[in-house]
Amino acid sequence: MIKDPQARIIGKKSWKDYYLFSLESPRIASQAHPGQFVMVRITSHSYPLLRRPFSIHFKDERNIEIFFKITGSGTGILSQKKSGDTLDILGPLGKGFHAGETLRGKDVVAVGGGRGIAPLYFLAHELRSHGAAVKIFYGGKSHEDLPLKAKFEENGFELFCSTDDGSFGFKGLISDYLQTDLQTFTPARIFACGPEPMMEKIAEISQSGDIPTEFSLESVMGCGFGACWGCVKRIRKNNDEGWVKICEEGPVFSGEDIIWTEVEK
Amino acid sequence: MTDLTIDLGFIKLKNPVIAASGTFGYGLEFAPFFDLSKLGAFVVKGLYFSPRPGNPPPRLVEAPSGLINAIGLPGVGVRRFAEEILPQLRKIKTSIIVNVCGENDEEYASVVEFLDKEEGISAYELNISCPNVEKDGLCPALDSEATFSVVSLVKKTSSRPVITKLSPNVTDIVEIALSAQEAGTDALSLVNTLLALSVDVEERKPVLGNIFGGLSGPAIKPISLRMVYQVVRRVKIPVIGMGGISSGRDALEYLITGAKAVEIGTANFIDPEASIKIIEELKDYCEENGIERIEDVIGTIKR
Repeated sequence: MIKDPQARIIGKKSWKDYYLFSLESPRIASQAHPGQFVMVRITSHSYPLLRRPFSIHFKDERNIEIFFKITGSGTGILSQKKSGDTLDILGPLGKGFHAGETLRGKDVVAVGGGRGIAPLYFLAHELRSHGAAVKIFYGGKSHEDLPLKAKFEENGFELFCSTDDGSFGFKGLISDYLQTDLQTFTPARIFACGPEPMMEKIAEISQSGDIPTEFSLESVMGCGFGACWGCVKRIRKNNDEGWVKICEEGPVFSGEDIIWTEVEK
Repeated sequence: MTDLTIDLGFIKLKNPVIAASGTFGYGLEFAPFFDLSKLGAFVVKGLYFSPRPGNPPPRLVEAPSGLINAIGLPGVGVRRFAEEILPQLRKIKTSIIVNVCGENDEEYASVVEFLDKEEGISAYELNISCPNVEKDGLCPALDSEATFSVVSLVKKTSSRPVITKLSPNVTDIVEIALSAQEAGTDALSLVNTLLALSVDVEERKPVLGNIFGGLSGPAIKPISLRMVYQVVRRVKIPVIGMGGISSGRDALEYLITGAKAVEIGTANFIDPEASIKIIEELKDYCEENGIERIEDVIGTIKR
């Protein structure tokens, strides 16, 4: 875990509300694994106060990328930063996906909903480098919510898209599209990140098909490194269950360990 | 060379900067960022006797220049703390303060009784002011008799100095401060978070799982500073000030007002090195102004 107070924005792309920043941060890049995240300080002033968590979208030797959508004041201000500006970032944080050698020669699926696609590009590269055959399922409300479609295609990934309004690809939820595909195909593992209802549906599908699944969860975070206990989710551990810090023990958890809906006591 | 040491009477601190409970984990979370022995002291997360799960999420929501939390004091309990965490903390050459919690007076006393057998603790900070564990933010620090009762029982039990952490959610904080002093507390720390609410307009419901939370951060600094001003004039024991400190100048406002030391809270989340930066800024201020001892700054506020 490194604090880099001077990560320079060396590239910026945008599509309506979606943004892709390339940040020069060699030390963080050298340690980053797919599924890990960085905490970005939005301003040196006191509003917005907290850093914001972003999964690492991609990395090369010197740089990392973050991909985000404007969802509030923090991401709104961040989107206004320009190439050449520097950002104060902490990372790489958390525990990432298991994308290693055990998947060599296997078929795997990565499902991203909306901005939840962010960590899956880095993951897809890692899986491919370990010899896994990766199918990407990418869903959004509308055609314009699939800004990374071209990026996946240009890099030779097999891509399956859905939109809620039918403006592109399969009309309906990406989880329904996945379920259709799984009637004739059983992957060795499913990776997913997106809105919680999407992930919960995928958990149901994968459990009924007995397919191991890893989910990257999201939460408001106070610190990102385990000090505030603010980002908890209900998780099963050693035949017990409890509130577990997403930042420290996640954000990636095995599907069978996640308790999606807390029953009111 | 500026002398940053502070004598609280019952412990000497190498500087007036203390990392605040609830924002500093068990300390070790910050070890990757800096050498913990540079701190004046740090206060570990509140400990009940037994492990506790804390509140259901969402536990955090941001407010303008502030943070509302309803974490609800999850923790490992005294046994695991003593067995697994404290041995690692003993290696750090600074004062370790344990924040002590309880559902009733007896639990506070039992935590202290258990920890008294363990080496490596400099003092206890009594958390009688957490707004997130009982309905409507109820806690002993809202009432002078309840404060007197718990502080005097803990003082009877403890072989170590006791700092009592006060709540801002009262009409007259001086009354509570005097009650804690009468019960024998060695020092006061103020303030804990301000009871607060955030509403989700779309869903028309409270944002936080616990409904209410505690507001901290720069937004509360003028209020906590005012309370420190009121309390230092009326008590004889040292006062540790906290609330929204994120720079050396913020810390100086408290010291000039009369706080003998300061605690750094929410700023630790935003910049894990905040406490170290504040120590450096205090040193720079003293050097630039020809101040040889930081203690010479304390309570120098003009009328």
